[in-house]
Amino acid sequence: MSTARSLAALLVVLGAGAALAESPNLGRSIPEADIKGWDITILPDGSGLPAGQGTPADGAKIYAEKCVACHGEGGIGGPGGRALVGGPPLTDGIETRKTIKNYFAYPTTIFDQIRRAMPFNAPKSLNDNEVYALTAYLLSINKLIGEADVMDAKTLPQVRMPNRDNFTLPYPDRI
Amino acid sequence: MSRSAHRGRAFSLDAVAGNGLINRRALLGQGIALAGAAGISGATGAAAEPLDDEPWSLAFGETTPALQTPSRFEKDVVRALSNPKSEFRTSHARTPHQLLNGAITPNALHFTINHCGIPDIDPAQHKLVIHGLVRRPLEFTLDTLSRYPLVTRTHFLECAGNSGAMFSNEPVQAPAGLLHGLASCAEWTGVPLAVLLDEAGIDPAAKWLVAEGGDAQHLQRSVPVKKAYDDAMIALYQNGERLMPGNGYPMRLVLPGYQGNMNVKFLRRIKVIDQPAYTYFESTNYSQILPGGRTWRFNFVMQVKSFITAPSFGQQLKEPGFHAISGIAYSGTGRIAKVMVSADGGKSWGEAALQGPVSPQAFTRFVMPWRWDGQPAVLMSRAWDESGAAQPLRAEFVAQRGQTRAPVKSPLAFPNQHYNSITAWGVDAKGEIKHVYG
Repeated sequence: MSTARSLAALLVVLGAGAALAESPNLGRSIPEADIKGWDITILPDGSGLPAGQGTPADGAKIYAEKCVACHGEGGIGGPGGRALVGGPPLTDGIETRKTIKNYFAYPTTIFDQIRRAMPFNAPKSLNDNEVYALTAYLLSINKLIGEADVMDAKTLPQVRMPNRDNFTLPYPDRI
Repeated sequence: MSRSAHRGRAFSLDAVAGNGLINRRALLGQGIALAGAAGISGATGAAAEPLDDEPWSLAFGETTPALQTPSRFEKDVVRALSNPKSEFRTSHARTPHQLLNGAITPNALHFTINHCGIPDIDPAQHKLVIHGLVRRPLEFTLDTLSRYPLVTRTHFLECAGNSGAMFSNEPVQAPAGLLHGLASCAEWTGVPLAVLLDEAGIDPAAKWLVAEGGDAQHLQRSVPVKKAYDDAMIALYQNGERLMPGNGYPMRLVLPGYQGNMNVKFLRRIKVIDQPAYTYFESTNYSQILPGGRTWRFNFVMQVKSFITAPSFGQQLKEPGFHAISGIAYSGTGRIAKVMVSADGGKSWGEAALQGPVSPQAFTRFVMPWRWDGQPAVLMSRAWDESGAAQPLRAEFVAQRGQTRAPVKSPLAFPNQHYNSITAWGVDAKGEIKHVYG
């Protein structure tokens, strides 16, 4: 905090007599509504999930068109993209490949990452229904939901990931 | 020997540890008397040739360029690339530590990892917004941020996966820059994040923020508000010039001592939130599997570490006699307090000299004088920081963090992350150097 505090102290001195510490305040106010196009962060409790829905079957079609080139047939992995299905138990060793099934703590991470970063050559080109569908497809091929389950803002956060409680915090005092 | 004799205060050969390590006081400008070194002459013994003018001293040189680049004779001092053919995937560039000195990494040689290429950002169009649990969401430009009273600090950045190949159960043969080149150190100049959070009026109950970049994957990481108020900076300059494109141009987050990926580049959005976002990168690459299958999350800190850059793998000691052992030490939990060096594989240790200034969360160069007797030697360094943290010996480290079942094939591999144990270089009787595990 030392640098921030000393800057704050400097600003008090420069403000000479002002009741409150003055800051340059050069930021422009912007309403949350105007940030919507950028605000795509999804939290594990489902905060931020948009309207829309999708099924594994819908997702399979989109996957075959837009994802298979990098991630391989049925998510087995390819030259450019990591495997999206299966995954050995983490007891296999410290170098075990991390996957959705053996590693992810929350299903919302899948939706968030597809929407912000995929496809690799055209990020943010999928609509929300397509992202829900692909998320459903990936959860389904990993047997984490049923083949007919619909994923939406309500159902997705309820999917329980197998590795969710297998984490510990090395630095709880830094949070 | 005559120059040191002139000074009159030369230390005699003053061994501090086995296999030729000399007291670091010998480096304090008083010279080194190799009195005890009779029979292993430091110089080749051949008489020098009479001097003549070289051609470059007799011709008009090149006109001074606007932007200077290193000598053509330094063309091999470049970063090692993970994706030299520009394939459609992540690309890394590693700092060639074995070819550098000092504690600051030149900007052109600073390491970088780009998961989806380097965005071509127009600084006049770039915006940074701070929103979420704040009273007043704010938008900043590079121009407005540049008007703040900027602060300048020297900090290392280290990828959590740096030295990943050292998790191999057998030593991977590679130079220091391939093993440890995903760490670099620069002087960063920017705006303390706390100032901007205060201006936005952060909710006192908020514990986290998520920082997001303007690259094609919109990389985001969750950061504790505690760190933001401790020492986080939005950096606008790197070693005095604007950030390099691969290092986050035009602005990036700098979180001193925290894993590189959290220091979000191309920073365009900070959202204050009430819980961590469990973003893709903190859910996968940048958390760790422990022996037995448990896992760590939010493993922020790059722990105390050091490695010898000279002599190191790929170099050769041309003759017995005096050599300076030199390397880099750093810690995410403070200043480097001490570096010990061994030339006998850890049987005995001597304290190295630290080149100041020694700054917190920054590279510190250490130097250890050594007289090589021409016999096999194993060189190691081990660092301590001001918090008392010690760089673990390999056996200690492997007991806690494990190692691979099969040898790692490539120095570019990431079998696990946050390796901070020691590096050992084995010197054979010919002066050739290999990577060994002590």
